[in-house]
Amino acid sequence: MSVNAISEYKAEHRDRVENFHGMQVLFVYWPHHLMFCSPFALMVSPDMTFGDFLEQVLKPAVASHPDGAKADFLNAEWQLNGDAFTPEASATMTESGIDHKSMLTVTTPGLDGLSGAGF
Amino acid sequence: MAVKYKKLNLKDKYQYLTRDMGWEPTYQSKKDIFPEEDFEGIKITDWSQWEDPFRLTMDSYWKYQAEKEKKLYAIFDAFAQNNGHQNISDARYVNALKLFLTGISPLEYAAFQGYAKVGRQFSGAGARTACQMQAIDELRHSQTQQHAMSHYNKHFNGLHDPSHMHDRVWFLSVPKSFFDDARSAGPFEFLTAISFSFEYVLTNLVFVPFMSGAAYNGDMATVTFGFSAQSDEARHMTLGLEVIKFILEQHEDNVPIVQRWIDKWFWRGFRLLSLVSMMMDYMLPNKVMSWAEAWEVYYEQSGGALFKDLERYGIRPPKYQDVANEAKNHISHQLWSTFYQYSQATNFHTWIPEQEEMDWMSEKYPDTFDKYYRPRYEYLAKEHAAGRRFYNNTLPQLCQVCQVPVLFTEVGDPTMLSHRQTVYEGERYHFCSDACCEIFGHEPEKYIQAWMPVHQIYQGNCGGSDLETVVSNYYHINIGEDNLEYVGSPDHKRWLDLKGLKPLDSKSESDQDAV
Repeated sequence: MSVNAISEYKAEHRDRVENFHGMQVLFVYWPHHLMFCSPFALMVSPDMTFGDFLEQVLKPAVASHPDGAKADFLNAEWQLNGDAFTPEASATMTESGIDHKSMLTVTTPGLDGLSGAGF
Repeated sequence: MAVKYKKLNLKDKYQYLTRDMGWEPTYQSKKDIFPEEDFEGIKITDWSQWEDPFRLTMDSYWKYQAEKEKKLYAIFDAFAQNNGHQNISDARYVNALKLFLTGISPLEYAAFQGYAKVGRQFSGAGARTACQMQAIDELRHSQTQQHAMSHYNKHFNGLHDPSHMHDRVWFLSVPKSFFDDARSAGPFEFLTAISFSFEYVLTNLVFVPFMSGAAYNGDMATVTFGFSAQSDEARHMTLGLEVIKFILEQHEDNVPIVQRWIDKWFWRGFRLLSLVSMMMDYMLPNKVMSWAEAWEVYYEQSGGALFKDLERYGIRPPKYQDVANEAKNHISHQLWSTFYQYSQATNFHTWIPEQEEMDWMSEKYPDTFDKYYRPRYEYLAKEHAAGRRFYNNTLPQLCQVCQVPVLFTEVGDPTMLSHRQTVYEGERYHFCSDACCEIFGHEPEKYIQAWMPVHQIYQGNCGGSDLETVVSNYYHINIGEDNLEYVGSPDHKRWLDLKGLKPLDSKSESDQDAV
C-alpha cells in the first residue's frame, strides 16, 4: 500500500461496475462545446449498440446546442480513452471495447461551437 | 504567622496551566499514549523547541471569548429585531450566504472535530494546548455563523438544511471531501493542510471575499461575525506559521514530506476556492474586488513573500502554482457557467449578470472576459428571453480528487478542458488536472473509495433514478423555491414586494423557466 497508515490498509474501489446494477458509466467529451461545462457522465447498458447510443443518449444530451442537430456524430473523429477509435453503429459497447468509466472524445471539425469561443 | 499567597505572573501561570499539566509517563510507553506521531515519517527530536504561537491560558481564553459572545449576540438580536435583512444591497446577495452556510460552516464543525482529534495526538503539551483552543474556536465559528445567518432563513429560501445538504449535495462534496481528506490524514499532515495551507497561506482568499462582501452589501450580521472571528483567526494564523517552522527545524528528513504536503494542500485549497471565486465575481451586487485581483494580492504577492522566507528551510513554492496563477482570469467565469446550467440541482439561484456587471468584468479581466465569457452570457440571455432558459440535462464528470466537475481548461487554451485519466488496479479514474492526478497517484487508496455524488446517483444510492427526485427527496432542496433561475423566483418576488418595486418587465412576473 502506498498510503501511510497506522496499520495495514486496504481500500475498495467504490465505483466498480458491479455497483451499477448491470449498467456502466460512460463519459463523453465534445471539444469546443463548452456550453456543456464538462464531459457528460452517462449510464449505458454494455449491450447497447453504438448507433442506439448516438440516437438515444448523445443526441438528446446535446440537443440544447445549435450544433447538436447539425452534427453527424457517427462519421466524426472519435477517441476512446485517448486512442483513435472508429465506431460501428451495430456494435455493442462491449464489442466496441468501451468498458466501464471509459471516456469517448468526439470532435466535429467545422462545428466548433459558438462565438469563436468554443462555447 | 500569616501565610502569603502570591499571584502568579503571566509566565509562570502559562507554564503551570500548559506545560506542567503534562508529565512523563512511568508505566505506559509514550508510543502507546501517542500512537499516531510516527507513522507519517515526521521526526520530532525535541518538543521543548516548540514556541507557543500564543500564550493564552484557559481562564483568559474563556474570559475574552465570553466578552466577544455577549457583544456578538446582542448585535444578532438587534439585527433580527430591526429586520436587518431588508438593508442588504439586493436579494441576489443572499445566495452567497446559501453557499457559505452549506459549504463553509460545516467545515468549521469539521475543523472542530479535526483539531480536537489531533490535539490529543501530539506528545508536546504546547501543541496540544494550541489545538485544543483552536478546536473550541472552530466550534464557535460553526455556531456563530449559523446564528448570523439564521435570520435570513426566515426570509429567504435554501438555508433550511445545511448540514444535511453538506453531506449529500453534488457540489458540496468539494468542500466535504477537502476536510475528509485532511481529517483522515495523520496529525502532522492535518496541521500542514489546515493550520498552514488553509488558515495561513490561503485564509484571506476565504475571509476577504465573504466578510468584505458582507460589508459592501449591507449584511451587518455577517460583518459582525467577521469582526468577532478576527482575533481567533489571528491565533490560527500564528499556529500555522509556528507549526511549519517547527516541523522543518526539527529534522531535515521532514523537509521532503512537508514539501509534498504543501504541494498537495495548496492545490486542494485552490480548487476549493474556485467556489469562492465565483461568489466574489458573480454573487455580490456590490463588488469588493475581482477574484483575479484578490488572488494576485493575497496569493501571488503575500504567498510569494512567504515562500521566499521558507527557502532557507529547503522549501520551494507549491508545485503547479503557475497553473493556479494563470487560472485566476478564468475560474470564476467557468464556475458560474457551471452553476448556471446546473441550477435545477442547487440550493441557491443563478442568473445572467447585468450589463454594468459585465462591463466591470470586461475591465477586471481585459484578456479573457470579452473574448471567452461575455458571448456565453449574451447567448444564454437571449435563450432565456425566448423561453429556453438553459439547464444541462445530463450529469457532469467529476474529478476523482477535488470532486469539482472537470470544467477547468488547459493553460494557454481556454477552449480545451484539461482532462486527465489513469488506470489503477484495472479501474479507470478521471481528473481535472495534472495536479489532482498526481495527488491520486501518491495515495490512491484514499481516493478510490471517494463518495462521488454523480456515481452514487447512478448506483441508486440517492433515493431516485431521476434528478428531480434526488434533488427534492435526497438533497432536501425544495423544487421551485430553492433552486432554478433567480429572476421570477420566490426570493426575487419577495424582494420586489419588500422594496415596493415593480418587476422591470413581464418576464419577471412569469414563472421561472422551468427545466
